[in-house]
Amino acid sequence: MSIVVDESTRVLVQGFTGRIGSFHAEEMIEYGTDIVGGVTPGRGGSTHLDRPVFDTVKDAVEATGAQASIVFVPPPFAADALMEAADAGLRTAVCVTDGIPAQDMMTVKRYMRRYKAERRMHLIGPNCAGVISPGKALLGIMPGHIYLQGEVGIIGRSGTLGYEAASQLKAAGIGVSTSVGIGGDPINGSSFKDHMAAFEQDPDTKVVVMIGEIGGPQEAEAAAFAKEHMYKPVIGYIAGLTAPKGRTMGHAGAVVSTVGESAAEKVEILKGCGVTIVERPSEFGEVVGRVLNRAA
Amino acid sequence: MDIHEYQAKSLLAEFGVPIPIGGLAYSPEQATYRATEIGGGAWVVKAQVHTGGRGKAGGIRMCSSEREVWEAADDLLGSRIVTDQTGDRGRGVFRLYIEQTVDIDREIYLGFVLDRSTERIMLVASAAGGMEIEEIMDKSPESLIRVVIEPAVGLQAFQAREVAFALGIDSGVVAEASNLLVACYRAFRELDATMIEINPLVITDAGRMLALDAKMTFDDNALFKHQKVSELRDKSQEDPREMRANDRGLSYVGLDGDIGCIINGAGLAMATMDMIKHSGGKPANFLDIGGGASPERVAKAFNLVRSDESVRAILVNIFAGINRCDWVAEGVVKAMHELDLQMPVVVRLSGTNVEEGRRILTESDVPVIIADTLAEAAEKVVDAVNKEDAA
Repeated sequence: MSIVVDESTRVLVQGFTGRIGSFHAEEMIEYGTDIVGGVTPGRGGSTHLDRPVFDTVKDAVEATGAQASIVFVPPPFAADALMEAADAGLRTAVCVTDGIPAQDMMTVKRYMRRYKAERRMHLIGPNCAGVISPGKALLGIMPGHIYLQGEVGIIGRSGTLGYEAASQLKAAGIGVSTSVGIGGDPINGSSFKDHMAAFEQDPDTKVVVMIGEIGGPQEAEAAAFAKEHMYKPVIGYIAGLTAPKGRTMGHAGAVVSTVGESAAEKVEILKGCGVTIVERPSEFGEVVGRVLNRAA
Repeated sequence: MDIHEYQAKSLLAEFGVPIPIGGLAYSPEQATYRATEIGGGAWVVKAQVHTGGRGKAGGIRMCSSEREVWEAADDLLGSRIVTDQTGDRGRGVFRLYIEQTVDIDREIYLGFVLDRSTERIMLVASAAGGMEIEEIMDKSPESLIRVVIEPAVGLQAFQAREVAFALGIDSGVVAEASNLLVACYRAFRELDATMIEINPLVITDAGRMLALDAKMTFDDNALFKHQKVSELRDKSQEDPREMRANDRGLSYVGLDGDIGCIINGAGLAMATMDMIKHSGGKPANFLDIGGGASPERVAKAFNLVRSDESVRAILVNIFAGINRCDWVAEGVVKAMHELDLQMPVVVRLSGTNVEEGRRILTESDVPVIIADTLAEAAEKVVDAVNKEDAA
């Protein structure tokens, strides 16, 4: 098992025929992901990378039985693409697009709530690296070879910092069940907490690593959730000790605007909830190894 | 993106928010002319700068004669306003806004923000107006009224009335207050704002509501939808280096340390800066050159980082995911050749083709210090700066 995706997940690519969509679709196919087709409005009926292209997500779902999609649609049209995916009945959408207006995301999230919980889409991202269940499937843009298959669940905001952590784990001989990038935007589809709940239920996952950063309430909410509802150990790192208040650090959501959003404050909140802290970003391998040994 | 007070007022007025009579001036002569145009015997001369707290910093002058208006304008234009939000360099004053004074009965705080925990727009109001929001939160948090707005239907009249009554506004003014709140919400929604602050919102002696100050911040990601708003950008209020970087697709934030940073990805950039701090050094900047990290971007980044005179060593930390380390290494070598850098450069590469990348750096004739791990990279760059100190 793993969470979100595995080798049996049938995946669509929205924005399939574009340069970026094509590049990553090939990488995902190479990794073993079951890419069943793609959507590019106006290109329906053609084939791309030996797979069918559809005009609408609905057509694609009907023809292929797709359950998930990965979205490479440019920012002005991305919110529309996400609502189309939600309406077509997909279970999961991963949105890689960086630069979607925050209020567009507000609309998307409101729209997703039209559907009953049983058929409501799970949105991951936007502005994220996606999801990988090592050895099974890649629904994202991360380099597959830096992940070893194993028992650690990772949830992070940042792409490359997540890669750093995964390669430290690999160097220490530690594998990953699933790694989920929730993205760096202020309003995102799913939070640390949502995926922690899934990892708690996943028999393949022994410990969970949360790689957070300054800004927003989600790391603190997840820590409170872990304290109340999780048996599995949770390890946390918060990036941005040197970030000045009020300045946006690259990610649209990485800005300290109110009490409790700085790295130092979040670390204290996490500690208070029993989360094991990775004090230095060079110590992911060491700390996770220690906690795994204790859990075994 | 931030805009000036006079711009925010003019936008809000289009949505129906009442504002005092005022006019813009670029010179003392223009300022006195505006004062005559406005009429009356008392005016406020306000420096237009992108920062809060300008009143305390001397950016707002009360004047009771045209001579005083001229003198205030002469004094303010070309000066710099330094507040705790601007850093030591402050913000230059190149525009003034001249307004009629009003007799104030009450001051109210009114704000709209994008609230991240409810993922909704939230209205925040307090009867304790005139103070900064941080001060209100500190001194009278019980006075804060918060209303979360449902995006599908927007701010409803009953919610606006509830806020007005909770603020203790006279029933004769409640309808006007309620219209004002709805107008602000519409502006927030239609223009993709991330923040609107009217502080103070006043009730005059004559029982009228007026937005005496106004601040608006817009979602950079949504500017493509709003040509008119984008045109309000004032580059004179931005840090020149940050502006140069952002206009070239790099994300840069200047800090006060001496170790220049070139990193791909915002999270890894913050983590690398944390690591420098743990090793006893101070980063001079945050710089995310983007996940892809092409050689061209590496070259641009070197140029940018070394333009900061306080930088004494550079740390490059690139995790090659989509691209390859050998490609990045070639970019580093090329950039260093072209720039003839006279300072230590520590390079740490990881990810795809890392051995090949390291080989290119080792065999090149540029004097780079190679590091294998994040910890080693931070230690080596801090050591390099300390050696410079000792020399």
